[in-house]
Formats: sequence, structure tokens, C-alpha cells
Amino acid sequence: MTPATPRSSTFTALSRWKVLTPHFSFSRWWGMVIKELLQLKRDRLTFAMIVGIPIMQLVLFGYAINSDPKRLPTALVLGESTFLTRSLEAALRHSDYFRVFAVTDEAGARQALALGEAQFVVSIPADFTRRALRGERPALLVEADATDPTATAGALAALSGVVASTAEREFTGPLARLRGVPEPFAVITHRLYNPEGLTHYNIVPGLLGVILTLTTVMMTGLAITRERERGTMENLLASPVSPLEIMCGKIVPYVLIAHIQVGIILLFARLLFRVPFAGDAVAFYAGALLFITANLGVGVTLSSLAKNQLQALQLTVFYFMPNILLSGFMFPFAGMPAWARAIGEVLPLTHFNRVVRGVLLKGNGWPEVWPHLWPMGLFFLIVLTLAVRFFKRTLD
Amino acid sequence: MSADRGATPAIDVRDLTKHFGGRKVVDKVSLRVERGEIHGFLGPNGSGKTTSIRLMCGLLTPDSGSGTCLGFDILKESAAIKRRVGYMTQKFSFWEDLSIRENLAFTARLYGMKNRNQAVEAAIENLGLAGRADQLAGSLSGGWKQRLALAACMLHEPELLLLDEPTAGVDPTARRDFWDELHKLAARGISVLVSTHYMDEAERCHKLAYIAYGRLMATGTAREIAAAQGLHTLAVHGTGLSALAEALQNAPGVSQTVMFGAELHVSGQDRDALLSAVRKVADAHEIVETETGLEDAFIHLMNQAQDNFKAPS
Ligand SMILES: Nc1ncnc2c1ncn2[C@@H]1O[C@H](COP(=O)(O)OP(=O)(O)OP(=O)(O)O)[C@@H](O)[C@H]1O
Ligand SMILES: [Mg+2]
Repeated sequence: MTPATPRSSTFTALSRWKVLTPHFSFSRWWGMVIKELLQLKRDRLTFAMIVGIPIMQLVLFGYAINSDPKRLPTALVLGESTFLTRSLEAALRHSDYFRVFAVTDEAGARQALALGEAQFVVSIPADFTRRALRGERPALLVEADATDPTATAGALAALSGVVASTAEREFTGPLARLRGVPEPFAVITHRLYNPEGLTHYNIVPGLLGVILTLTTVMMTGLAITRERERGTMENLLASPVSPLEIMCGKIVPYVLIAHIQVGIILLFARLLFRVPFAGDAVAFYAGALLFITANLGVGVTLSSLAKNQLQALQLTVFYFMPNILLSGFMFPFAGMPAWARAIGEVLPLTHFNRVVRGVLLKGNGWPEVWPHLWPMGLFFLIVLTLAVRFFKRTLD
Repeated sequence: MSADRGATPAIDVRDLTKHFGGRKVVDKVSLRVERGEIHGFLGPNGSGKTTSIRLMCGLLTPDSGSGTCLGFDILKESAAIKRRVGYMTQKFSFWEDLSIRENLAFTARLYGMKNRNQAVEAAIENLGLAGRADQLAGSLSGGWKQRLALAACMLHEPELLLLDEPTAGVDPTARRDFWDELHKLAARGISVLVSTHYMDEAERCHKLAYIAYGRLMATGTAREIAAAQGLHTLAVHGTGLSALAEALQNAPGVSQTVMFGAELHVSGQDRDALLSAVRKVADAHEIVETETGLEDAFIHLMNQAQDNFKAPS
């Protein structure tokens, strides 16, 4: 008995897996896809929702949303090391607005900006202290990732304060003559990617992901409970179709629909808000595909957990909230506490937001997009496994 | 999976039990349906027919009990069972927003049929719906929905049909055609378990099972079940039969009275007591001793079940 136990338990585990997925049949899966498409074609309301919701929300939120963030990641480039630069660094580190996460060189700083790791790069040039002491008003260079303009505006104002207080602290005694107006050093700012600091540039690409999250999760969220409530699930369950075939069959048509939505939103973003599309379109659509599929998977999972359509809707809202709040859409991701970022990193919307902003505004391509693809893919696989696991194969 | 699956009974289940929310809905039901047999499944509303059928095709998991369908274990091999069984649900469960043809084509795909288009067109032809195949299923009348469901569940040529009130709401001609078709299928070795509330349909089954309050009360041929009740039945003709029925209801020796149009059936287990009781009140009526019918037997079984379990449903 005892020696056989481990083997038999592996066997039961295997056979259980086989019960879950009794060899995927493309014919049955394709049957599901066709059925869903036909039903979708006749469901006017869903169709109206698919076209209407994106446009409505884009217009509504595109004009309305604003925010005021803190503790933004900042890279520091030091051209020299003197009492003055050390003091400036300390003041930066103490300010609420900045979080100095790296002291690096020119190239490293650029990279951090492009990857979205840094919101700001503050550069103190060589010779800074000497020129300041001579009263030549040397300049501090601040480069800002202005794709999130509200974050940038507040931080630039805060930087003036940092500079003024440093001057007040350091230029005492004989140096006091350097204090006062105009200040002993200037601040030059470069707004990158969004030189005019348009809020729309941040909000509108962000809305793309938010709108897609809402509509995709809802579309599939209702898909399985609807079968259950109409009594047609009994028919499906009595047939040889497997849970995986049902779920994949229900996801595929909506992948197409969601891509239509992407097209609509990008078009309106361009027409209404003049949002550019600077980067690699193929990389962008790869991101969109994974993002959409992952969310459709969430919908199917919620759907198989819920007892009825109302419950499915409630679960959808429950999933929607953290997406809105923790994905970097509402508040700059870098400004959130660690636990919130940890949750945010799991959500597909967080990664998709980075892809969208990166490709649309920063002109990013595959190298920058790739790190955000696999987390979405992994998310989808885990979610689909859960969905298959929790799918009720009987009417009990 | 045994090699001689063909020799096993179509259905062979033992002691199936199912609870819903602490209530026993199916109670130790054992049933055997041979190959090529049409087995009727009767019982009052809420007696557990639908639940029993769902247990057999793997749509519900029994709390206890075991068995096989077409030689496959109902607990472990439901995938194999589903491929070979045609199950028609009591409530219409096809897609109302798909047309007749689309519903049939989808069903054919689910069962991985090779000659799909051919089978679908043949089914439409058989249904006599050739002109309306593109009509949405939701817009069909009740009887036509029923006939569509029936055609769909037979599409993949199953070895066993589980039909849950397939002819409810279907007109007499279509019903007769349907039963002729069932007998043709049975002659080819296809087995059928069919639930019904119609007596004429019960009479056309090879065998019957009667269930009440989740318990199997009787099985056998119509004749066997009728005989097993040990009832003697008198047919009373004449006028004022409902008043007569009222008067006889609680008379000694009378266990039940059943109206059949112009005829009143009075049954009891003791023949002499029955005769004297009827003679006492029905002096101006014609009284003929008759064979106890299936309906008499079922009503007797139901009353018995009520007395035994008294569980309000
Ligand atoms: N999913 C369920 N949850 C709770 N109770 C159920 C469920 N399905 C059936 N029941 C109960 O089980 C009992 C038997 O129901 P079932 O549908 O099997 O009866 P039936 O013999 O098919 O009746 P009918 O002739 O009306 O179709 C009923 O009392 C019903 O209320
Ligand atoms: Mg029923």
C-alpha cells in the first residue's frame, strides 16, 4: 500500500488534469466562437455599449481628471562634489516631492527617463560651486518626464523652494551677500515628451486602458452567467465541450471587439485631444492583445465564480477599483506606497499604461515594451487556470 | 472501460441519492435499462425524475450510489458518457437568439460530427422546417421548440437517449410520429429513458419506472405494475358520477376513485368489500368488473407514497 501511494497520487493528479482538459478540440472551440459571434451580432445593446462607452468616457474623463502627486522618482547627475552640491542633494532628499533613487551619469539618467523609472533628472554641472561663489548664477538642469504634466508642474514649483532654502542655509557669514533676489543659481527645465505640459497627454492614453478594462471584463463577465441564467448551460454541460473550450471560445470574439475599441479610442484621442502616436505600432498592438486577453480572462473567471449576472457585475466592480486606483492612472505609480505598488505591478492595466504612454508619447519600441508583455501574459495564464479550476462542470 | 461494452445494460445505476439543501430529493434509486429498450419514467411533479436523469448523465454528482451508463462509470467517465448520450432537457435549453439551423450546426460542432452540413440539413428536412430554418429559435411556438430540441439531441446519433418530458406541449400527430420514430430507433438497438406524464405514452414503453418523493415505487411492464398493486377495479356507468365518487371516497373497501370521462373507476384491494360498497350507493348504475389500468395503478402508488412519507413538497 505505502510504496504505491506516491505513484497513485501522481496518477490521480494527472487524471484530474485530464478531466479538466480532455484534449482540446478545435472543432468544438470554433463552434463556440461562431456561436458567440452570431449572438453578439444580434445583441444590439452590447454593440451600442462597445462603441458608446469608449467615446463617452474618453470625452468625459479626458476633460475632467486632475491630480497632485508626491515623492516622484528622481535621478541625480552630479558633475562635482562640494559642500554646496551635498547640501542640494540633502535638500532634494528631504523634500516631499522628490525621491532620489539614484545618483548616476548622463547616459544612465536618460535611460531611466525613457524606461519611466525616473520622473525627473536633476543635473548639477561641474564648476557649479565655483561659479556660484563668484556670483555667476550657474544653472541647475532639470529634465522632466512631462507625459504626466500635473506631476511635473507641482514638482518644478517645489524645486524652486529647495533651491531657495539651500541658498539660505549655505550662504551665511561672508557668503550672505550671494543670497537674495535674484537667487544665486538658476533652474533650467526641460520638459521631455510633452513639452507643452498638456494634461490630456497623460489622461487620454491612460483612459485607453481603463476603458478597455471596464468593457472587456464586463463583456465576458456576463458571458457565462448568462448561459447559466437562460438555462442553456445545461445543454452545454451535457455535451462533450470542455471548460477550456467554452472559455477560449467566449474570449476570442471579444478580442476582436476590443481591438475595434482600441481603434475608436485612438482615433478620438487624435481628433479631440491631438494625442500623438510616436512609437512602434506592432509593439503597441502586441501589448494591447495581451492586455485585452488578460482582462477577458478575468471576466470569464469572475463569471464562473458568480451565481448570477448581478453577482458577476459586482465582482467586476470589485476588480475595477484597484485597477483605477493602483495602476498609475489616477496617481503616479512611483508616488504610491510599496504595498500599493506591489498590487499595481500585478495588474495588467499598470503594464499596459506604461506601454501606451511609452509608445504613444515617448516613441518607444520593442525593447521598452517587452518588459511589460510577459507580466500580462503570465497574469492571463494564471487567471485562465483559475477559471478552468473554478468552472462548475455540474449543475450542483 | 470494458471491451464488451455493447453487452452491458444502457443504464445500470444503484442506490443513487441526492440532497438539495438538506432535503432528500432522490432516495436510493436503482434502475436498469437494457439495450434497445424504451423505458418510461413516471411520477408526480417534484418527485425527482429530472434530478435522477441529471445524475445519470453526469450533470449532477450523486451524494451516494454508483452505476454505469453504456458501460461507463457515471462518476468517473462522464466525458465518455456525454459523447454517446442525447439528453433533452425538460426546459428548452437551446439558444433563442440563434436560428434553427445555427442551433443544429452548433450542436453538430460540439459533438465533432464529420458530415455536419448533411446531418443538419437532414434534421431540418425531417422536422419539416425547411422553409423556416433561418427563423430564430426564440420565436418558435412551444411545441416547435420541443421538436427542435428533440431533433438536436438526436443529431449525433446517440446510443442512449435521455428524454425529459420530450412531448410536453406537442400536438397529438407530432406525438404519434415521435413515438413511431422512438420505436424505430429502439429496433436498431438504441436505448431510451423517457419521462412523461401521459398515460398513452406510458403504455407504449417496453418498461416503466414509477417514482414518488424521490423513491422508486415500482418497475416493470405496464401490465406487471398494474397487477402488482393487487387492486380490483369496477367501472361504473351512468349519471351523477361525481356525486357517486364523492360518496365512495371514504367508503370501506374502496381505496380510490378515478373519473375517466363517462366512466368512474372504483378500486380496492378486497373484491367482496369493494363490490358491496359500490352496490350500496350505485343502485341505478351499470357496474362492470374491469382490468386495473395503469392510471389506476399510478394513482394508487401516489396515494400510498403520500401515506408513507407525508412529506409536503
Ligand atoms: N437545483 C436545485 N436546487 C434545489 N432544489 C432542487 C433543484 N433541482 C430540483 N430541486 C428539487 O428537487 C425536487 C425534485 O425535482 P425534479 O425536477 O427532479 O422533479 P421532477 O420529477 O422532474 O418534476 P416535474 O414532473 O415537475 O418535472 C423538487 O422538489 C425540486 O424543488
Ligand atoms: Mg422534471
